[in-house]
Amino acid sequence: MVQSLVHVCLAGISAGMFIWLVASGLTLIFGVLRVLNFAHGSFYMLGAYLCYTFLRFAGVDFWLGVLLGPLVVCVVGYFMERFLLRHVYPLELPYQLLLTFAMVLIFDELVKMIWGAGSIGSPTVPGLSGSVSIAGRDFPVYNLFIIAVGPLVALGLWAMLEKMWWGRIIRAAASDREMAAAIGVKVPALYTGVFVFGAWLSALGGALAVPYVGLLTTGMGEAIIIEAFVVVVIGGLGSLKGAFLGALVIGLLTSFGTRFIPTLDMFLTFILMAAVLLWRPQGFFAES
Amino acid sequence: MNRSWTYILAALGIAVLIGIGLFSSRFILYLTMRVMILSIFAMGYNILFGRTGLLSFGHAAFYATGAYGVALCTIHVHSHPVLAVVAGVIAAAVMALIIGFFCVRHTEIYFAMLTLAFGMMVFSLMWNVRGITGGDDGLSGIIRAPISLGLISIPIMKDSQYYFFVLMFFVVSVLLIHRIGRSPFGLVLASIRENHVRTEFAGLPVKRYRLAAFVISGAFAGLAGGLAVFLESNVTPFAAHWSRSADPVLVSLMGGLQTFSGPLVGSVLFVVLRELIERFTHNWMLWFGLILLAIIMGFRGGIVGSTAALLKRSSEQG
Repeated sequence: MVQSLVHVCLAGISAGMFIWLVASGLTLIFGVLRVLNFAHGSFYMLGAYLCYTFLRFAGVDFWLGVLLGPLVVCVVGYFMERFLLRHVYPLELPYQLLLTFAMVLIFDELVKMIWGAGSIGSPTVPGLSGSVSIAGRDFPVYNLFIIAVGPLVALGLWAMLEKMWWGRIIRAAASDREMAAAIGVKVPALYTGVFVFGAWLSALGGALAVPYVGLLTTGMGEAIIIEAFVVVVIGGLGSLKGAFLGALVIGLLTSFGTRFIPTLDMFLTFILMAAVLLWRPQGFFAES
Repeated sequence: MNRSWTYILAALGIAVLIGIGLFSSRFILYLTMRVMILSIFAMGYNILFGRTGLLSFGHAAFYATGAYGVALCTIHVHSHPVLAVVAGVIAAAVMALIIGFFCVRHTEIYFAMLTLAFGMMVFSLMWNVRGITGGDDGLSGIIRAPISLGLISIPIMKDSQYYFFVLMFFVVSVLLIHRIGRSPFGLVLASIRENHVRTEFAGLPVKRYRLAAFVISGAFAGLAGGLAVFLESNVTPFAAHWSRSADPVLVSLMGGLQTFSGPLVGSVLFVVLRELIERFTHNWMLWFGLILLAIIMGFRGGIVGSTAALLKRSSEQG
């Protein structure tokens, strides 16, 4: 029983880390640009498919694929922000949401056209393909690696936002964009930068997910964006700390739910999301 | 447009629809029914979205509730179609009342997220409560029994007969929604959209009005779902999935948000374009994404709004 619980925990944490990578970019973009990006899951999906393609057809090393895939997604993100999203900032909320929703449709179909509608089997990672014995049972090394990556990314983000000068600029623009513009911050360029960086985070999650999920499908973006929405809502829209904790909560909740009450695991997730929205719309882990 | 023109147009529209019902091929009949069902869904939805200014991402849940209500009523209770449709609409309205009670506490992005969460709850219930809903297989083989009215009974088994059943509900819905738009109630909803603080200061219970708009739009969504079940003879949980909630938004946007006939025109475009695009390519969603993008970037009034603006501009110049 104990060993089973340990493994359910570990599985939940590693699943939560992928949601965290998507949710971190989502919440960062929302905090600065005030746009909730439905297409953020599509960046995750694109990151995965591109990484896979580099591995399979360019024959590169897995780690090079993890580097290159998200970089291509950055270019996609750049064009999306620069030529589409930028024009809808002054508009009402529905138009912003629907623009990003339109991008979901477009990305999904493009992936189907390029890579086919069926699912694709993915490779294992040399060096991290084995498993170790934890509490008397085998656990994949790669999942342990993922559990380490999540907090590292969180630490990196924290250091960037709190300790570096451009982190301060990002925070300034997030709290008051007119004021930031008035003291000389180039807000449009900053928006582009934050959006591209957010896209990179999500695509990194996707690329790292390639050996983890085993099968790539066009639905993977839509599945994770909903989880990421739940996470950023629970953590408080715009809060990175909240997103990290929220991702852990959702990962664990899903993992335990699937183990013990498999018919209700999805239901529980959305109950939690609705409850937080109703009683603490600023987020469960927000300071005030 | 003045009043008499509206009547003439409406009469012409009904005449054309009756003509289609009497003389068309089965394929055209089927498409027209789909247009009418989607119109009911979108026009009802637009009471909440275009009128009250609330963007819901959970209305597929009410559509699906109506659909399951009709299916379950037909299978377990009584096969009378009118009874089933009424049961479906009531089920959807009750569901909308419960969910709306919580959702109207927020607006804007929080409202959208709440409706998304509740919608997905409904989806997951339909997916998981296998004993009642049939799980991911859904319910199938729902038959259209004749409408018995005491002594006589009207068969609606054939598509050409069922068409008039849908047409009747369509006309009634259009009239009702038109009436709601012109009523004091409808005007209050518009004032909430324009400025909810001032509406509140005028002494109106804004939340209650929002809830009423939510329930009405949910009921119409349920009606659309119920009619769709009889048309397709089956229903699956995917009818409640959040991505399906985007359909009425798309339709309203294509036609024009703040116009009465916008969702109607949008529905025709949606169904016809989809049919046309699907003939040439499997990737019709790609084209819809591009169309949606074009509307948001360039034609935010939709077809009806943009055309009206164009007419107005040319008449001002001339």
